[in-house]
Amino acid sequence: MSSAAEPHGHETEAAHGGHHTNYVKIWGILVVLLVVSVTGPMLEIRIVTLLTAFGIAIVKAYLVAKYFMHLDIEKPFVVKLLVVCLGLMMLFFAATAPDIMKHWGANWRNESAKNANIPEAHHEAAPAHGEAAPAAAAPAPGAAPAR
Amino acid sequence: MVKPIATLRSASGVPTGRLALWWVIASEIVIFGGLLGSYLLHRLGHPEWSTYASHTNTWAGAFNTLVLLTSSLSAVLGHKAAEAGDGKKAAKMLMFTCLGGLTFLVVKGFEWTYEIQHGYTITANGFWSFYYTAAGLHGLHVIAGCIIMLFVAADARKNKELQRVELIGIYWHFVDLVWIFLFPLLYIAK
Repeated sequence: MSSAAEPHGHETEAAHGGHHTNYVKIWGILVVLLVVSVTGPMLEIRIVTLLTAFGIAIVKAYLVAKYFMHLDIEKPFVVKLLVVCLGLMMLFFAATAPDIMKHWGANWRNESAKNANIPEAHHEAAPAHGEAAPAAAAPAPGAAPAR
Repeated sequence: MVKPIATLRSASGVPTGRLALWWVIASEIVIFGGLLGSYLLHRLGHPEWSTYASHTNTWAGAFNTLVLLTSSLSAVLGHKAAEAGDGKKAAKMLMFTCLGGLTFLVVKGFEWTYEIQHGYTITANGFWSFYYTAAGLHGLHVIAGCIIMLFVAADARKNKELQRVELIGIYWHFVDLVWIFLFPLLYIAK
């Protein structure tokens, strides 16, 4: 059992000013970023959507990890551990991306994936993907209009 | 007063309890990372998925993001209170965080009910399979976090095991982080 005043947090927190962080201010910044990430894509400009939706998600994640999870004052090996896991994730992505995103190569062709990207061929391609045909190009029967 | 073993053993320089939590989070990165990486690959390979994504409710997703960000704030304020030895305040903050988790789940419940009633089920197509799997797995983490938080808050109220307030807080921030990426992937990219 620990006593009330027993130190149990980050040993170097005071030195790094960890608890002098204005958490409400960080929350305010996160909310502003959320508003931007929702309103940005309304302009329907691809690059703006990418920057506001995904760019801002990275900034929000950075703020949460740094100030709320206190990763900035955690032991460096913990950060390295998390970075290695992120690296493994990217390795998985890079290793499988050519097979899934490219539909043909020197000695192979992925006809079903290729057909899935041709709107007219959706109904033929859907079963090959193990997908139910309904909402391929149009909403399922009885579906509500896009919200 | 006997100190909890989770705060005493620290061969790595990090108390055992917190080190264990970082390992949990490291493994969660691989779980969610693999899932979201697969989704991204399929999404890039199937431009028609944007048609399906247009049926997700952006406002419900945005509201839930606000709820999780706010609950993260209360979690970190709970940690701050625990550091100061104020168990009662820490417990109060954790209960507020838990309320955020509950609100998130209720909104998700309404959202899923609407979508399922309109034919957008997990078997409708690849997009909806990923949607329900990713959001469902995340929802399970929210439920687990809320349950654990109730136990931690009960102890914290009696000024016991205050180090656990920080641990559940870090876990909750991770759940928030995952949603920060799920939100644009499932609700905004249309």
